[in-house]
Amino acid sequence: MLEFINVSKVVSGQTHIHPTNLVLERGTLNVLLGPTLSGKTSLLRLMAGLDKPTSGSVRFNGENVTGLPVQRRNVAMVYQQFINYPSMTVYENIASPLRVAGESADVIDREVKKVADLMRLSPLLDRLPLSLSGGQQQRTALARAIVKKASLVLLDEPLANLDYKLREEMREELPKIFAASGSIFVYATTEPSEALLLGGNTATLHQGRVSQFGKTVSVYRNPRDLITARTFSDPPINTHTAVKEGKNFVLLEKEAGGKGKATKITLPVPAHLATVADGPVTLGVQPHHLSLEEPYAKAPSLKVKTQVSEIAGSESFVHVLFGDKRWVILEHGVRNIDPDLDIDVYLDTRHLMAFGSDGMTLAGTAG
Amino acid sequence: MDKTWNNRAWFMVLPAFLVVAFSAIIPLMTVVNYSVQDTFGNNEFFWAGTEWFTDVLDSDRFWGALKRNLLFSFLILVIEIPLGVFIALHMPRKGIGVPICLVTMAMPLLIPWNVVGTIFQLMLRSDIGLVGYTLAKMGISFNYAGSPIDAWITVVGMDVWHWTSLVVLLAYAGLVSIPDAYYQAAKIDGASRFSVFRYIQLPKMKRVLMIAFLLRFMDSFMIYTEPFVATGGGPGTSTTFLSIDLVKMAIGQFDLGPAAAMSIIYFLIILLLSWVFYTVMTNTDAQS
Amino acid sequence: MARINLDHIRHAYGIRPTSPNDYALREVHHEWADGGAYALLGPSGCGKTTLLNIISGIVRPSEGHILFDGKDVTHLPTEERNIAQVFQFPVVYDTMTVYDNLAFPLRNRNVPEDLVATRVKHILEMLELTDRADKKARGLTADQKQKISLGRGLVRSDVNAILFDEPLTVIDPHLKWVLRSQLKQLHRHSKFTMVYVTHDQTEALTFADKVVVMYDGQIVQIGTPAELFEKPKHTFVGYFIGSPGMNVFPVEIAGKKARIGNVSVDIGFAPKISKGQKTELGIRPEFMDITRKGMPMTIRKVEDIGRQKIVRGELAGQAVSIVMKEGSDIPADPHVSFRDEGINIYADSWRVGQED
Repeated sequence: MLEFINVSKVVSGQTHIHPTNLVLERGTLNVLLGPTLSGKTSLLRLMAGLDKPTSGSVRFNGENVTGLPVQRRNVAMVYQQFINYPSMTVYENIASPLRVAGESADVIDREVKKVADLMRLSPLLDRLPLSLSGGQQQRTALARAIVKKASLVLLDEPLANLDYKLREEMREELPKIFAASGSIFVYATTEPSEALLLGGNTATLHQGRVSQFGKTVSVYRNPRDLITARTFSDPPINTHTAVKEGKNFVLLEKEAGGKGKATKITLPVPAHLATVADGPVTLGVQPHHLSLEEPYAKAPSLKVKTQVSEIAGSESFVHVLFGDKRWVILEHGVRNIDPDLDIDVYLDTRHLMAFGSDGMTLAGTAG
Repeated sequence: MDKTWNNRAWFMVLPAFLVVAFSAIIPLMTVVNYSVQDTFGNNEFFWAGTEWFTDVLDSDRFWGALKRNLLFSFLILVIEIPLGVFIALHMPRKGIGVPICLVTMAMPLLIPWNVVGTIFQLMLRSDIGLVGYTLAKMGISFNYAGSPIDAWITVVGMDVWHWTSLVVLLAYAGLVSIPDAYYQAAKIDGASRFSVFRYIQLPKMKRVLMIAFLLRFMDSFMIYTEPFVATGGGPGTSTTFLSIDLVKMAIGQFDLGPAAAMSIIYFLIILLLSWVFYTVMTNTDAQS
Repeated sequence: MARINLDHIRHAYGIRPTSPNDYALREVHHEWADGGAYALLGPSGCGKTTLLNIISGIVRPSEGHILFDGKDVTHLPTEERNIAQVFQFPVVYDTMTVYDNLAFPLRNRNVPEDLVATRVKHILEMLELTDRADKKARGLTADQKQKISLGRGLVRSDVNAILFDEPLTVIDPHLKWVLRSQLKQLHRHSKFTMVYVTHDQTEALTFADKVVVMYDGQIVQIGTPAELFEKPKHTFVGYFIGSPGMNVFPVEIAGKKARIGNVSVDIGFAPKISKGQKTELGIRPEFMDITRKGMPMTIRKVEDIGRQKIVRGELAGQAVSIVMKEGSDIPADPHVSFRDEGINIYADSWRVGQED
C-alpha cells in the first residue's frame, strides 16, 4: 500500500504539486488523468523516489520511505519514449533487473521466457531494441518492468508514441498483465477514454492538484467539481452559466461576438437538481446527452447554429454555436449536417450537471 | 531536480577535492599572503596592507597591459565567432564528409600552446620560414620581432588558427540539432539563404554561441604561452599582456608583492566578467 | 488549388530493389480532384509519410510521375511546387511576430505590402489570432503555433495543395477538438486541396471527404468515411477503422447462409466464391445486438466507457466485441443477433458483394 501524506513539491518558487493525500492499495490499477503539465510526471517521480518531496511524507506498507532513493525501493518505471538498453538484446534487456538482483541463471532464464511469452516477444529475444518496431520496443520495456515483480509499477503515458490501433490493442492487453501480478500500478495519461477503458481507480489532476480520486466510473459519472468534469470529458463538456429561480434555470444566451442583446432561455429544473439553492450556477451537459431527436417526451430544446459536422465511423460530432459558446453534440450514426443552419437540439436533463460559483458540484447526478 | 540524499557521494568527491586543495587553494592562499606583505629577502616579511594593490592600480604598466588584453580579446571575438559560424554553416550535415570535417576541425585544438607558438615563429621567419620567406620574396616586409603591428598580426593569427575550431564545433553542434522540418518549411516559404540563416539558424544557435563567446573571451583574456613563445612580449611591450607582465615581475624581477597583487586583481577581473556573462546567459535562457 | 495525379508511383529507399518487399511504396496510381480534403490513413510503416513526401517534393519517387493540374512536377524541387506543409511539431520563426510569420511567404515572393496586409489580416481572422498579431511567435501555445504553421500555407493564394503530416501530435486532447473542427471549417472556406496524413482514424474520418487507407505500401481502399465504415473492401480496413474494429469470423458458405462454428447466419444472397478461398464474415460491433433471441454467446467482460458499453465475449468459439448504448441492460442469458446491413462477406480478405 502506498500512502502520500500532505506531499507537496515546490521547485524554484513554483508549486508543481500542491499538498496531496493519496492511498493506493495493493493489486490496484490507478490512473493519473490530466492534461500536459498538470503534474502527472512530477507525481510519478515522487512515487518512485526519483524526487524528494518538499514537504509531507511517503509511506509504503506502513514504512516511511520519504528519503529513500529509488534504487532501494522496489519500483519499476516505463516511459513514453521506449527506453531500452540499446546495446543489449531483448533477452538481456528483460533479464537486467534480475541480474542486478543477483538471481541464478536458471531463475533468470525461466522468468524471462515467461514474461516474453506474456508480452509476445518470444521470437524476438535475440534482436536489438532499435531493430524492432515501436510497439515491440515498448513491450520490451514493459517486460523489463514486469519481470522485476516490483511492488510499484509506474507508467508515464507509455502508449502515447504508438499508433492509434496498436495503442488500442495494447490497452486491451495491459489489464490482463496487471491483474496477473499483485503490484500497485500507476498509469499516467491525458486521454479520458483510456482511463475508462483501463478501469481501476482514477485520480484527476489539474495544475498540480488532485481534484478527485476514486473508482474510474464513479469519478466519471459523479465528478466533484467542474474541473474534474472537464478533465474527464472527451469531447469536452458543454457548459453555460445560468441562474436558478425556483423551478427553472434561466440562461442568458449572448450573441456570438459578445455584442447585441442577450436572449433569456428557461429550462425546467430536473428532479435530481431540485435541492440546489437558488442563485447563479454553471450548467454542464455531456455531448452525448444532447441530441438532434427527442430522447424522451417533452425533453427541452435549445436553438443552436450548426458550424461543422464530423463523422467518426459510427458516431458523428456536430459542432454548434449556442449563443457565443462552442458546443459539441455526439450523435450515433452518420450525420452530415450542413453548416450555418439554425436547428433545435434536445437536452437530456436527467443527466444535467450543476456546479456552484466555486466550481463544486451541486447535488448528485442521475448517474 | 531535488535528488534524494546519498552520503556516499561525498567520499567520491574527496580525492578530487584534496587534489584541488593542494594544487589550487593552498597556492592561492600563498599568493594572497604575498600580496599584502613586503620583503627585502632573507625571508623577512613586513605587513604592507593594500600598498601593493594601490601601486599596481596606479601604474601605467598595469593599465597598458590591461588595455592590450581587452583589445586582443575584442579582436579575437570579432574574428573567431563570425568565422567559426561561417565555417560551421558550410560543413556537411550528413554523409561521409561529416567525420572528415569534424576530425580536421578538431586537430588544431589538440596542439599544445607552446608548440603553436613555436610553429608560427618558425613559419614567419623571413630566412627559413615558409610564410616569411614567401612574403619577403613578394616584397612585403613582415617582421614580427620588429614591428608592433606585425607582432599583433602574428599573435592574433595564432589564436585564430588554434581556436576558431572550437567555435566551429560548438556552432556545428547547435546547427545539427535543428530539425529538418524547419529547412523544409523555409523552402516552402520561399525564404532566401540569408533569411534561413537569420530567422532559423541564428536563433537556434544563440545558446551555443553564448557558450562559445564566454569560453573564447575567458581563454583569450588569459593568453600567455603563445605570445610568450612567439614574440616574448615584444617588440618592446607591444604584445605584453597581463599574464606576461605578471610572470616578468614575479620570476624575472622577483617582485613578489606587486606580482601577487596584480594576480589577484587579474583574477578578480576575470571573476567579475565571468559572473556578468553567466548572468546574461541564464537570463536569456530564462526568457526563451 | 490543383488536381493531383499519382501516375504509377513506386518507391524504394534502398539503392537496388529486387523484391516487392524492398519497396516502401508499391504501386500507387490515383487522381485526386481539385479542392478536395483527403486523408492518408494507416499504421506506422504503411508508406503514408513516404507518399506525402513524394507529393511535397522532399522525396523523389524511384518510379512513376506526379502531376499537378496535368503538369509533371516529379523533378521539381519543393519550393517550385507551390505547396504548403504543416509538420508534426509547430515550425514557426521564433524571433518574428505572428503577423510577420504569416507575411513571410508573401514578402519572400515580393508581393506588394498593401496586398500582404489584406491577406494576412484575412488569415488572422480565419485562425482567430487577430489579437495576437503583434506578439512574438515564441511565447505562444502549441496549438496557436500550429495554426501559424497552417496560416503560412493559407496566406498564399497560388498554393496547389496543403499537406499535413500528423499535425495534431503535440496538441492536448481537449484542444484537438477545437483545432480539428477549425481545420475542417478552414477547408470549406478556402477550398484548397488538402492532404492529411495520420494514423488516428478519428482525425482521418472527421477531416476528409475521401480517406485513403494504406497498408504495407499499398492503397487498400479509397472511400468516404461512411463507405469505409459500412462496407470495408478489405478485412484490414474493417479492422483498422472503428473502435473496436470489425469482428471477423471464419465461416463456411453454403448458398445464402454462412456457418460460424455450429450456428448459421442468413446473409441474404449467395456470394460467388471460388474453391479454396478463405471465407470470412465481417460485422462491426455497432451492428450487433444482445437480446434474449439469436445466437448464444458467453460474456467475458463488460467495459463501461461512459457513453457506450463494450461487451467482450465469445460466439461459437470466436472472440467477439459488441457495442451497446449507455445504460442498456445485459440479459442474463445473452444471445447475439446480426443486423443485415452490417454483414460483409470476405474471400481471401477481399469483400464479395451482392453485385460481384
